[in-house]
Amino acid sequence: MRKTTPSQDFIRGIWNENPVLIQMLGLCPALAVTNSVKNALAMSAATFFVICCSSVLVSSCKRFIPNEVRISAYILVIATFVTLADMLLQAYAPVQHKELGAFIALIVVNCMILGRQEAFSAKNNVYRSLLDAIGTGIGFTIALVMMGGFREILGTGSFLEYSLFGANFEPWVIMVLPAGGFLTLGFILLAMGFVEQRKKTKTTLTAEQSP
Amino acid sequence: MNEEIMKEDTGTHDPSLPESPETPLKETVSTFRLVATLAVAGALAGLLIVLVNQHTKPIIDKYKAEQLKIAVYEVLPGVERYSTYYLVNDRLSLNIPEGNKDSDYRRIYVGYDILDEVSGIAISRGESGFQDVVQIIFGFNPTTGKLSGMKVLDSKETPGLGDKIFKDMAFVKQFFAGPETPLIGVKIGAGKGKPNEIDTITGATISSKVVIDIINHALEEWRPVIDRGIPKAPVVSKFEETKQ
Repeated sequence: MRKTTPSQDFIRGIWNENPVLIQMLGLCPALAVTNSVKNALAMSAATFFVICCSSVLVSSCKRFIPNEVRISAYILVIATFVTLADMLLQAYAPVQHKELGAFIALIVVNCMILGRQEAFSAKNNVYRSLLDAIGTGIGFTIALVMMGGFREILGTGSFLEYSLFGANFEPWVIMVLPAGGFLTLGFILLAMGFVEQRKKTKTTLTAEQSP
Repeated sequence: MNEEIMKEDTGTHDPSLPESPETPLKETVSTFRLVATLAVAGALAGLLIVLVNQHTKPIIDKYKAEQLKIAVYEVLPGVERYSTYYLVNDRLSLNIPEGNKDSDYRRIYVGYDILDEVSGIAISRGESGFQDVVQIIFGFNPTTGKLSGMKVLDSKETPGLGDKIFKDMAFVKQFFAGPETPLIGVKIGAGKGKPNEIDTITGATISSKVVIDIINHALEEWRPVIDRGIPKAPVVSKFEETKQ
């Protein structure tokens, strides 16, 4: 395995290996609850809590978990923290809990979280696992808020519930529907692909020019 | 499981192979250890959840009770106080038979005005909506049969569309305007101006019809019980809840 520095662990999840936009993991919540920025933020916060707690626990307990049952153990850890997040949200942020509904419980099956445990926390120490989890969590948040913003602005004409265009704006209802989620994700991926390709062409061009 | 372990056992602990420290043999883990690890982890997880639940449950219950109390006063405007009545043997009763849990009994909330007369009744009911159960509470005047208000308590309807049953004020306001019952849902503009018409929401027809159905069904069910008589609520009782 390639050695990475702690800062690389942190940055990787945010951009180079953004869970949603590059790795295409955790798409279910990214498509389902991003019809408003507020929901996207609440979902990201819950996921952030779960991934950080799970990574710390998995990396500190990795010695005690036999290889044969590691996936079950990870799921158990994740499910526990999701249940805790669910109860805490219901107690302290009942409005957001009501908005997100069943999707909080579905964080358990977010493969992005299980993926980080299997690919990183199980092999690295607590400090670096936490950095990796925070980075991944931030990357997930960025992707969700981007999608939520795009969909809320076009679908309801507002951002964080502040009306942007006044009463004459005819909202694109499709943007807040599931189909709008797929469209938005498609456009964002298209834009990212375009940027990546331009970057690549530039590097090859400079490489050709320099002897 | 056992077979796998046994296979692995013969594979790794082959007596014909010399054990050398340079090539560490693949460690086999006994079934017991696998089960024990998961059992211990599960027990710890359970313990953690119970601890947090003990802490959050009272907060959640308190919040729900508060929300219900607010909702009752919201759907019964002008009510001074209300009492909870339980359905016991097809009759309304202020008390439940001793030794029973109060959550086992269905209930309505009877609101009294300043003169201690019954001025409105609130009923909470849930039915399947477009996605999951929609739980609403609504108030009506038992004498005139007119609605006095409606509030959605719990719903997982499609965000942006179905959730308009509580976010679209034009829709919600209709229930506070005193429509007669039973309600009928009509498309916006297709109504004939009848006093029991409710305009449904464009794009959320199913969700808005569910609200209308819940109210009609609840009235159908409770009307005979209510007509059998509401026992007088003592002005001061432990069941009484006064506006603060």
